[in-house]
Order: sequence, then structure tokens, then C-alpha cells
Amino acid sequence: MTDTDEPAPAGTGQEAAPLLEVRDLRVEFRTRDGIAKAVNGVSYRVAAGQTLAVLGESGSGKSVTAQAVMGILDSPPGFVTGGEVLFQGRDLLTLGREERRKVRGAKMAMIFQDALSSLNPVLSVGAQLGEMFQVHEGMSRKEARGRSVELMERVGIPAARARVGDYPHQFSGGMRQRIMIAMALALAPDLIIADEPTTALDVTVQAQVMDLLAELQREYRMGLILITHDLGVVADVADTIAVMYAGRIVETAPVHQLYKAPAHPYTRGLLESIPRLDHKGQELYAIKGLPPNLTAIPPGCPFNPRCPLARDICVTDRPPLYDVGPGRASACHFWKETLDGAR
Amino acid sequence: MPEPLEPYESYAAREAIGHGDGGSAALAIGEAESLERVPGAGPPGGEPAGKPRSLWSDAWHDLRRNPVFVLSALVIVFLVLIAIWPQLIASGNPYRADLAKAQQGAEPGHPFGFDTQGRDVYTRVVYGARASITVGVCATTGAALLGSLLGGLAGFFGSWWDGLLSRIADIFFGIPVILGGLVFLSVITSSTVWPVVGFIVLLGWPQISRIARGAVVTAKQNDYVQAARALGAGNGRLLLRHITPNAVAPVIVVATIALGTYIALEATLSYLGAGLKPPTVSWGIDISAASTYIRNAPHMLLWPAGALSITVLAFIMLGDAVRDALDPKLR
Repeated sequence: MTDTDEPAPAGTGQEAAPLLEVRDLRVEFRTRDGIAKAVNGVSYRVAAGQTLAVLGESGSGKSVTAQAVMGILDSPPGFVTGGEVLFQGRDLLTLGREERRKVRGAKMAMIFQDALSSLNPVLSVGAQLGEMFQVHEGMSRKEARGRSVELMERVGIPAARARVGDYPHQFSGGMRQRIMIAMALALAPDLIIADEPTTALDVTVQAQVMDLLAELQREYRMGLILITHDLGVVADVADTIAVMYAGRIVETAPVHQLYKAPAHPYTRGLLESIPRLDHKGQELYAIKGLPPNLTAIPPGCPFNPRCPLARDICVTDRPPLYDVGPGRASACHFWKETLDGAR
Repeated sequence: MPEPLEPYESYAAREAIGHGDGGSAALAIGEAESLERVPGAGPPGGEPAGKPRSLWSDAWHDLRRNPVFVLSALVIVFLVLIAIWPQLIASGNPYRADLAKAQQGAEPGHPFGFDTQGRDVYTRVVYGARASITVGVCATTGAALLGSLLGGLAGFFGSWWDGLLSRIADIFFGIPVILGGLVFLSVITSSTVWPVVGFIVLLGWPQISRIARGAVVTAKQNDYVQAARALGAGNGRLLLRHITPNAVAPVIVVATIALGTYIALEATLSYLGAGLKPPTVSWGIDISAASTYIRNAPHMLLWPAGALSITVLAFIMLGDAVRDALDPKLR
């Protein structure tokens, strides 16, 4: 495999010892229609107090990578076929099932997209929050309830004491997502993975929830992996962005540099397809074609069938992640042209 | 004029504004109002009236207003009471035979008449409830526990365990009930209800286990199960706290309806001579004994048969009402 020897893993905190380091992670789904290679050698790192945004379309492997890191991949059909997930120096993939479970919730936690379906409809939110303390810290029900109220207050639930016995459907979407955040935060984990935490919310509530997440991250000095397909959400919050395509990281860069001058045609396409006020009246740009079928990823660069710059080499040779600047990498043979074109 | 907002009220207000359009803003404001109301309402038990909360309280709310449920529940409560204390409404002895009055019709003090051996039919119908209710309740409890345990585990763990259990259930499904009952029960000489209960459990659990398996498979795929796993819940906790409460409703529905059919099955087996045996008082046995004399003395058949029909109907109607109340799609 030529695409594994990367110059440096994508992500933040190259200097500090990373909190989480994913190395060459590979995941495949064995289905009736063949083997879908969902993640093909992803590497990234996150340091304490840093935010890595993982950006990509549906099916780019961003959520599957996160599930593999958390150890909640549905298996079968999903299998981790290679790589390492080093968390605080330990490779999580080699841990036993029970040890792995103890890491979840206590050391690393996850926030899901749809808070309504991610909360159990038959248990009150207080019971679900309190469960975290009862399971991991052996608190009594009463103590756990008290801590639940504190947490709900911390994430900005109004009248927390009165609402601790309410059920998920009695809260608004934004409030439910705050409760999910409270659950993830309960045991003060070192790393939080937020999988499209604001997708199901409307725009103003999105901003509030992102603000809350960013604020809590600073306060607890957690590492945060923010998975999203929304470029607008990440701009203010992320330190570094990793763009994924067909199960690979195709570009990684500090957030502002990526916005200013993308070094991969796919990233450029994503940025150009954001509606802009100063382009009013013009046709909105869209990347042509569809993401590749993961059971038959094209040879060479997986983006070549959709790429405006594609040439012969793109069909035959898979581009490695080229080092294109301090803390930047791009998996494009023509990164220089792309970068210059953007400037 | 707006007074300075409490911190939490300002959050609610922001949420409300955040919804943008009028409709959902009104919703959010409604929520803020309910917040103001709730703090005075006291402990969680004292929920405000007319504000159903969980699936179960919603269902109970519906059931209380459903005449079918109320009627069938009253019948069942009555049946259970006389099954426990038949003396409440029947002062006679179900075994006392007065051959001089064999097959005679109703007379004062004996409203249902007498059977072939001159025993009071009314007293026997009342005492017969005990066998039917005992068999129905015990067999249903046994089949529901066994079936949901095995089916639930099969659904949760999947793979070979699921395959094995589902095939075993298929085998039991394949046994013809009546023929199986005749063969299996005819070798047992005990006159208690337990062999019959055991036989019905043995043939009844696969039905429950299929339902339970399906319900657990569905519940397992819910995002909140995945979310709970991501926050460190182990298998036991996932099953008990997150899956079971969301999978138990269909099992309850099927079990309630099955209860009625189990009672009918007991009567059928007793009628065929393979179920309960004398001296146990059972509607099935009495129907069997009376069937020969249906032209001369139809009352001997009609009263126990009527009691049986009402009992079976009551349980099946109860099951239907519970199903309607627990099915959120009908809401």
C-alpha cells in the first residue's frame, strides 16, 4: 500500500503528546453485495483542548471512523481490519471488551445527531443522566439525581430541578441536544466525539449548541472531534479540519488556511458550493457526479471521476498525502496548482 | 412591560426566538409557560392533570375511557374473585350428588338445574372458574416468561444463538396442539392442573418468543441503545434498562390474548379426556359429560359452555383493548 506512508498524521497538537492518535485505520463492511471499504487508512490526532473537525459528505466514512474509535461499530457487518487507535498511549483496539466499555463514557463520550432518537423515550432524562453516575461511579440514586440537576443547569436547561423527571419528548430539540451534551459530559471525559451534533436543529439553536460545546470544551480542556458536513458550523470552533472522501483523508489544514486556500480540488468544490450573498443571482456551484460506491472505489485517486483537474496520472496512481505546508497535507497530485489557483 | 428575566427564562426565551416561525415559537413559549407552572407542582408523582407522559400513562389514560376495557376488566376481576373464593356466590358443594334429581331443570335454590349425577350445575359452574383461571394465568405467565427470556436473548445476541433458538421454537410450533395434548397428557395420571399448565407452556412459548425476539431486534436498532453503549452501558444494562421497557408492550398484548385461548384449550383438552381429570371441577369436563344428553337436558351443557365463552371473550377483548392502547400508531 503506497497511501499509508504519510508525512504526518492529520490533526492538531503535533508538538504536544496527542490525546488520541488514530493510525492508518481501516474498516470494512462485509455485506451480501460485496465488501464495502468504508475507511481506508485514516490517520489523525487530537490534543487536549483542541478541536478537530472531520468534514465530508454522507458515506465518506467520517461517522464510521468515529464509531470504530468509540468501539461501537455494529459487528457484523462492520470490521476493523487494520490500524491503531492510541488513546492516552493505549491502543484501544487491543483492549478486551470489558476494558473498552469502561473507557466509553468515562474517558471518551459521544454526542449523536438526533437527540430525540438518542434518548430513551421511556426513561426520564434525570434517570438517563443519573445512570452515568450509577454505572461508572456507583452513586446512589439520590446522589445521582442531584448531580443530574447540576449538569442540566450547567448546560443551560431552564428550571432543571423541576424538569429532571420529564421525558425526552417533553423537551424542545435544542434542549434535548443540551441533555445529550450533559450526558456526554457527565463523567468529565477527556475526549468528546460529536457526530453532527447540530444537523437536526434549526440555525439559531445550532449556534447556541455549538457555543455551548465550545465553551464546555475550553472549561474542561477536552479534546473534541466534530464530525459534520456543514462547513459553516466548523469555521469558528475548529482548530484543524480534516476533509474525508471515500474513506480517506484528502486534505488537512488549520481551519483558516483551509478556508483561504484549499489544496485539494474536492475541498475547493465544497467551499464553492456554499451559497454566498455576493454571488446572488448566479447559478450555485455543485460538485459534479456522485460519491463513489464503496464496494468499487475507482483506482488511482478516488475523486478523479468528478475532478475538474483530473489527468491520466490521477486514474492510474493513487496520490499519497503530500506535505504542502506547516501542518497541512493534501492527497492531490496537483496540490500546487490547486493552491496557487486558490490564491 | 417585561421584567428582568431570570437566567433560565432567558434561555427559554432564546429558544423560543430561535424557532423563527410563529407556530414553533408559540410551541416553545408554551413550554416556557409550563415551566413556570411545574415548580409549584411538587414531587414528580404529582404530574399535572391532563398531561400524559410516558407510553404507559398514555395507555392507562386511554384504557380508562375505553368501555370494552372497563367491561372486560370487570368480568375478569369478578372471575378471579370467584376463582379464589367460590363460596362468595355459591354456598353448595360441587360434589354433592342427589341422583333422584339427575338431569332435572331449574328449581328454587338451584337456578341452573342438575347434571346427570344430580349435582348442582350452578355450583359446579362457579367452582369450575378456578381450574380455568388457574390454567389460563399460570400457563400464560409461564409461556410469557420462558418465551420472552429466550426470544429476547435470541434477538439481542443474534448469530448462532438466534438461529438455534428460532429453530427449536419452530419445532415446538410444528407440534399439533390437540394431537400433542392427547399423546402427551394421556400418559399422565395426575389429576392436578400442573401437567396441563406445563403442556400449554411447552407449546405456547414459541409464539411469545417470536414476538419478543422481533420486539427486541427492533428496539436494539434504536439510536438510544447505540447512544447508551457509546456512554459505557454494558449488555446487561442495555437489555434491562433500554431494551426491555421498549419491547415489553407487544409481549403483554399477545400474552393477554393468548390467555383466553389457553383457557379454551384447557376446556378442549378436558373435553377430549386428556386435560383435567375428575374430581377436578372443570367446565371442559362438564361440557364433555353433558354433550351426550344435549337433546334431553341442554341446560347441563349451556351453562358451563356459556361461562367458558364469556371468560375467553373477556380475556380476548381485554387483549384487544390493551393492544389498541399500547400501539402508538393508533394514537
